[in-house]
Amino acid sequence: MKEIINWMAEPIRSFPTFAILFFLMLKHYKTVGTKKFAYISLAVFFPAICWFCADPNFIKIILWPDNIPINILIITITFFTWLTLYKCAENDNRIEAGQLPLEALPENREKVWSWPNLVYTELFMIIACTIFLIVWAIIFKAPLEEPANPTWAPNPAKAPWYFLGLQEMLVYFDPWMAGVVLPVIILVGLILIPYIDTNPKGNGYYTFAERKMAITGFMFGWLVLWIYLIIVGTFLRGPNWTFYGPFEFWDFHKVEPMYNVNLSEYFWIKIFNTPMPTSLILREIPGIIITVIYLLMIPPIIGATKFGKKIIEKSGQIRFYIFVMLVLGMTSLPIKMILRWLFDLKYIIALPEWELNL
Amino acid sequence: MAGKGIADYVRGTQVWKSIFRHGPPENARNRAAVVAGNVFLHLHPIKLKKSGVQLGYTWCMGGLTFFIFLALTVTGVLLMFYYRPTAEYAYNDIIALKEHVPLGIMREIHRWGAHAMVITVWLHMFRVFMTGSYKPPREFNWGVGVILLVLTLLLSFTGYLLPWDQLAIWAITVGSNMAKATPFMGHGGPGAALAQIGDFVMVSDKNDVRFQLLAGRFVGEPALLRFYILHCVFIPCIVAVLIAIHFWRIRKDGGISAPL
Repeated sequence: MKEIINWMAEPIRSFPTFAILFFLMLKHYKTVGTKKFAYISLAVFFPAICWFCADPNFIKIILWPDNIPINILIITITFFTWLTLYKCAENDNRIEAGQLPLEALPENREKVWSWPNLVYTELFMIIACTIFLIVWAIIFKAPLEEPANPTWAPNPAKAPWYFLGLQEMLVYFDPWMAGVVLPVIILVGLILIPYIDTNPKGNGYYTFAERKMAITGFMFGWLVLWIYLIIVGTFLRGPNWTFYGPFEFWDFHKVEPMYNVNLSEYFWIKIFNTPMPTSLILREIPGIIITVIYLLMIPPIIGATKFGKKIIEKSGQIRFYIFVMLVLGMTSLPIKMILRWLFDLKYIIALPEWELNL
Repeated sequence: MAGKGIADYVRGTQVWKSIFRHGPPENARNRAAVVAGNVFLHLHPIKLKKSGVQLGYTWCMGGLTFFIFLALTVTGVLLMFYYRPTAEYAYNDIIALKEHVPLGIMREIHRWGAHAMVITVWLHMFRVFMTGSYKPPREFNWGVGVILLVLTLLLSFTGYLLPWDQLAIWAITVGSNMAKATPFMGHGGPGAALAQIGDFVMVSDKNDVRFQLLAGRFVGEPALLRFYILHCVFIPCIVAVLIAIHFWRIRKDGGISAPL
């Protein structure tokens, strides 16, 4: 059983599983967003996690002081994802039945005094948060390792946990993509959301049915890419950034075969059986063409479909193209992951001479 | 005086009346006065829609983020009394803090609070997205919030180096090596090789963005001082200004979002 879980946890299997579960969850959000579903999953997962914790390798990585925040993150995100689906299902059922969403009911639009309604809630939350932090601080001492030693690097050397998603991306992309370009795309994309999403519905109340695309896109990037990569980077990457299952001992001598191949090598050597051309541009021309097609051809193709035309009509050309470019930036990561797993593809464009590997 | 409790007596003294110039918040007029007349409470509107005070709607995550920020400021200032940002003293000061302060938990609260703030700020963003609260008229404030989120991560990241232990310098080494690969601006990034005139290399490891960040080519003492200043003064000042803008705009944009 533990070996099956170790085997399943490997990104090649866990990522598609996680993505499929994510889409199933959104498809059946009205079933997921019920109290019954929450109790049943709790009844299933709580014993399972207790059983996991009996494993020494699992408990060691879970209780490592700097990993506690990620445990809290996983628990809170699971809860709040369920809560938001619960709220969405509640309102969508009402809207379907021709009623107003809960937040729009006259009794909820009524104005109440800040004192005591809001101020007391805040006071309660502040006290709860203070107690939580103090208890956490008493149970877990802040770790302090050996003094800094620039001549001896620990293995694995990990960034702080909230950046481990980016560090995990280094498996699939070079640092200039994973550490600079993709984070910039994420930030610019986040800031641009309100200017791209022109759907006036769902402002100020929970709903999924009225803004399916926006919520699916956001939650995919947030849960399936960002949070999933953080979990993998934290719990499942050991020495040399090699994959280790949750119940696996971090054996420094575990060897992983690395035979990743560049697209240009596939193209010239495997297909045409010729030596690689010496001209850099000619050598990488297949990858360059694919990248240009990806960035310049796909947007107008989507724009010509019925779906694309509908968006352009609603929000205009500029919004549409910015939106598609941001989505293409986001999907470049799962695409690269899948290509790596299926074809051992290393780089689409490999120009180490210019530090330009994609 | 019969029938009057001690609370009523205190409320009647000249000292109390000089501080709180309104009566107990038991009627509409005084409830308005207590919020409007207090410098801290006047961040709130006097009245707000009922949907906006329900925990199930707001999750209180934005408020908790602000509270944790304040808690981190207080514990951080206390820690500054005991800490010297030099390679010679930094690590030993933290050992001393551990050994000389029995039952001390300031460093723990500061460290776990920093992690908690990252979580609350992410959940706040999640809630704001799910309620569509970034939609007009709140587009600008969403952008301010995204920048605050980044600054929260940078605050946490710069603080990571200060204990000056193995975890610290190697985490920052991994993080700052990404800056080396910035296109055109890092010496290991694409385009850097183009910025060369004859033998003169314009972008090298002695002047690229990583050098600016670390004040050196590796994580050494200058980087410690630089991160210390960024962590304790520079970023908190920017965050404070942006929080003021963020809160101000919440009020100006119509308070906590509700159906239009």
